[in-house]
Amino acid sequence: MLKLYEKQIFSRLLLGTAQYPSPAILEGAIESSGTEIITVSLRREMMGGNSGNKFWSMIQSLARHVLPNTAGCHTVKEAVLTAQMARDVFATDWIKLEVIGNHDTLQPDVFALVEAARILTEDGFKVFPYTTDDLTVAERLLDAGCEVLMPWCAPIGSAMGPLNLHALRSLRGHFPNVPMIIDAGLGRPSHAATVMELGFDAILLNTAVAKAGDPVAMAGAFAKAAEAGHAAYHAGMLEPRDVAVPSTPVIGKAVFS
Amino acid sequence: MKLIVNGKTQDVSAQSLDALLRELEFEGEWLATALNGELVRSKERHACRLNEGDRIEILTPRQGG
Repeated sequence: MLKLYEKQIFSRLLLGTAQYPSPAILEGAIESSGTEIITVSLRREMMGGNSGNKFWSMIQSLARHVLPNTAGCHTVKEAVLTAQMARDVFATDWIKLEVIGNHDTLQPDVFALVEAARILTEDGFKVFPYTTDDLTVAERLLDAGCEVLMPWCAPIGSAMGPLNLHALRSLRGHFPNVPMIIDAGLGRPSHAATVMELGFDAILLNTAVAKAGDPVAMAGAFAKAAEAGHAAYHAGMLEPRDVAVPSTPVIGKAVFS
Repeated sequence: MKLIVNGKTQDVSAQSLDALLRELEFEGEWLATALNGELVRSKERHACRLNEGDRIEILTPRQGG
């Protein structure tokens, strides 16, 4: 069981809701992933339209925890205002805090991220910061009041999988009791298993599921991989060795010559 | 009165934010609003007076990652 800001969560997978071929496929992916937390955003409403209504009605009918994001924000002011607007609409104090620092890599502006996290925490938000795998930034975010961290393992939507295992291992080792969710960069279920085997608590996916040939099947595959990695971490894995070690006992082997 | 609504200039007669939403046919409880970069909560819209040149953002739930 995973505890995120006093909420008990049993699924090890959080799922984004963007880029799916259809609302029905999104709904199917949410079901097959077993996720309890889905991410959403806020965007400009069309004049005279109610485009948000259909999507929001569908999300509400699924009865999952909603984690609004501040995707696309590049400044502290933008991110804080978007978070405040999200709280007004979604009636949750959870916020996935994104403050983007670079257009090409979509890496977070970690300086602005820490500042925004402090402002939002003081305003009563429960902040889920999208951050890098940098240890010092993680420490600053915890100092700012974050109780959960969401480090990337590769750039958003890149599907490259974990690029710096050393940094991730170090992050996990330094903060063993902080819930940490790998957010961004996962491309395939083996990536999910790898980071979960490092001891991360959960994964957050969007593109790798939404853009798969069969998003519903892929959501299920990722869920199994995350569970497998989590179970393996707690089961105690064998460390690699440089020499072969026979698995079948040598003693008692027949001698034929 | 000219206002900038979601980045577009609009000529409206509404004097308050909730009246503006009605005039421009933005409907529903799922809207979030901001005036000149500050949040205006749904329950505060009727008391939110508008002035020439105000910038208004009207947001709604969308898919997100």
